[in-house]
Amino acid sequence: MGEPILATRELTRDFNAFRAVDHVSITVNAGSMTGLIGPNGAGKTTLFNAIVGSLKPTSGSVFLDGSDITGLAPEQLFSKGLARTFQIPRPFARMSVLENVMLAPLAQAGERLLGPFLSRGAARRQEREIRERAMEVLDFMTLARLADHPAGKISGGQMKLLELARVLMGDPKVILLDEPAAGVNPTLAGTLIEKIEELNRRGKTFLIIEHDMDFIMRHCNPIIALSEGKVVFEGTAEQAQSNPVLLDAYLGARADG
Amino acid sequence: MTGIISYLVFFTTMASILAIATLGLNLQWGNTGLFNGGVAAFFGAGAYGTLLLGGTSQEDHLGGFELPYVVALAGGMAAAGILAWVVGVLTLRMRRDYLAISTFGMAIVFENVMRNAEWLSGGAKGLRGFERPLRDALGDGFAYNAAFLAVVLVLLFATYRFLQVLVRSPFGRLLRAIREDETAARSLGKSPARVRLTAFVTGSVIMGLAGGLYATFYAFVSPQDVLPTLTFQIWAMLIVGGAGNNRGAVFGAFLIWAAWTASGWLLSRFAPVDAQIYTGSIQYVLIGLVIVGMLLWRPQGLLPERLVISQSGQAPS
Ligand SMILES: Nc1ncnc2c1ncn2[C@@H]1O[C@H](COP(=O)(O)OP(=O)(O)OP(=O)(O)O)[C@@H](O)[C@H]1O
Ligand SMILES: [Mg+2]
Repeated sequence: MGEPILATRELTRDFNAFRAVDHVSITVNAGSMTGLIGPNGAGKTTLFNAIVGSLKPTSGSVFLDGSDITGLAPEQLFSKGLARTFQIPRPFARMSVLENVMLAPLAQAGERLLGPFLSRGAARRQEREIRERAMEVLDFMTLARLADHPAGKISGGQMKLLELARVLMGDPKVILLDEPAAGVNPTLAGTLIEKIEELNRRGKTFLIIEHDMDFIMRHCNPIIALSEGKVVFEGTAEQAQSNPVLLDAYLGARADG
Repeated sequence: MTGIISYLVFFTTMASILAIATLGLNLQWGNTGLFNGGVAAFFGAGAYGTLLLGGTSQEDHLGGFELPYVVALAGGMAAAGILAWVVGVLTLRMRRDYLAISTFGMAIVFENVMRNAEWLSGGAKGLRGFERPLRDALGDGFAYNAAFLAVVLVLLFATYRFLQVLVRSPFGRLLRAIREDETAARSLGKSPARVRLTAFVTGSVIMGLAGGLYATFYAFVSPQDVLPTLTFQIWAMLIVGGAGNNRGAVFGAFLIWAAWTASGWLLSRFAPVDAQIYTGSIQYVLIGLVIVGMLLWRPQGLLPERLVISQSGQAPS
């Protein structure tokens, strides 16, 4: 297992009097596929949001590659190699699937107002390269035949694939996935998991929130469990299966949820 | 016959000028999702700016710098842009509905300042004494109007082309992404604040161009020309034509301007005499009905936004 690449220290986030994330210290090692589990409302998504800067942490810190990134905005973190997808997909609905993906590369010459006019040649060349890469990524994610469809009209599962395709355009080091398989039909979920595995083999680090225990047990190591905003377990799949606290906290809440 | 032709020239000139303003609004609302409720103020800034900078010297108010026409027109556009920049810095952080209200309020303030600051704008009497460019060569008659129409058409076409290139470029893609989902755009490394401001200012400069041409055509501008009615007209043009579609914006401008002039003519012709003083109000209601009806019946407009697809590099199947 590699060096720590992403870490939180005593990270806390309150919503008024309610503490959604409570002094969470976790470490994600480079090249790992770290699983994050916990019952509904445990604070998993809030933890993601606090890490990527969508929500300002109330206290505590976040480190990426050893440097303090606490409180930086999401747009700053994407360019530092930290990407995330959303629990409920957020496609750019009235844009084509291809445009969704082509948006993501950073520092596009044509993104400035007069870019398309002043540096026309450079902008065109870059646009062609981006289009090619976008098609490759769509191909990899099995979305190529949907390239010209409006992103709001594809299935929920395809939107999850699209979100992963989009962030891949930025070539991030660490990708946070919020329930990638939830609500996705089994075939598509299979594809998605396969792609995540392949990306992981190629060196991408993943931190994955999932309720699908089968997926978590089979693919993730280590596994971290949150309950009521606190880390209640950290260890391997085998340890998880025999951990009384985890069974109690996680499966207990699942039963009535 | 000549009567009809010169009326057509007049009609097309007005419709084209309003089409330019509608294109500006399309950049803001259609492409970026910025609700500008103060179109009249940016149009007005262009109109007043052009006449103040290019007009002959006046005794009772500012202006009369007698700058060359092109400089005056550019100055009017710059005035609209500066106004938009100030308003944008103050309001673009707000939620969409607040932006609408604050720009609407700003336009009311603008109109009131123009009405009352006589030293600046000539007050309710407006700005007069503007010498239209090339009047010596072309006179005041049909030749002038035809030549002016040609210039307006060229500028309309140039604006259209500029925006077409823009919306199909990565910049346009960025605008649409911010319109569709700001959170998702930020998660992909885009900073919406600067981009929204750029789109807001650029759209307003285009409205300023329309205002400058309008004032040039009449060689006059007064607070009556920057009433909220104008904002509603431009909005109706965009909604009916099709927000997000530049062709739709131009089409909507011609259509609504035709409906507006026709309704005015019909009312003056056939409405009972006592009702005629309400012509303006009736038209106002009509334009509201058109907007509401369109939003209910066909919210995407007559020429809906078209998806930007992969053009040359067709999707491999
Ligand atoms: N913006 C917010 N304002 C107030 N409370 C919030 C907010 N976002 C989340 N919460 C609360 O914080 C707690 C944690 O929510 P969070 O979405 O992080 O849970 P989760 O672990 O992702 O759950 P799930 O598995 O259902 O997605 C919940 O009780 C939720 O109601
Ligand atoms: Mg969640």
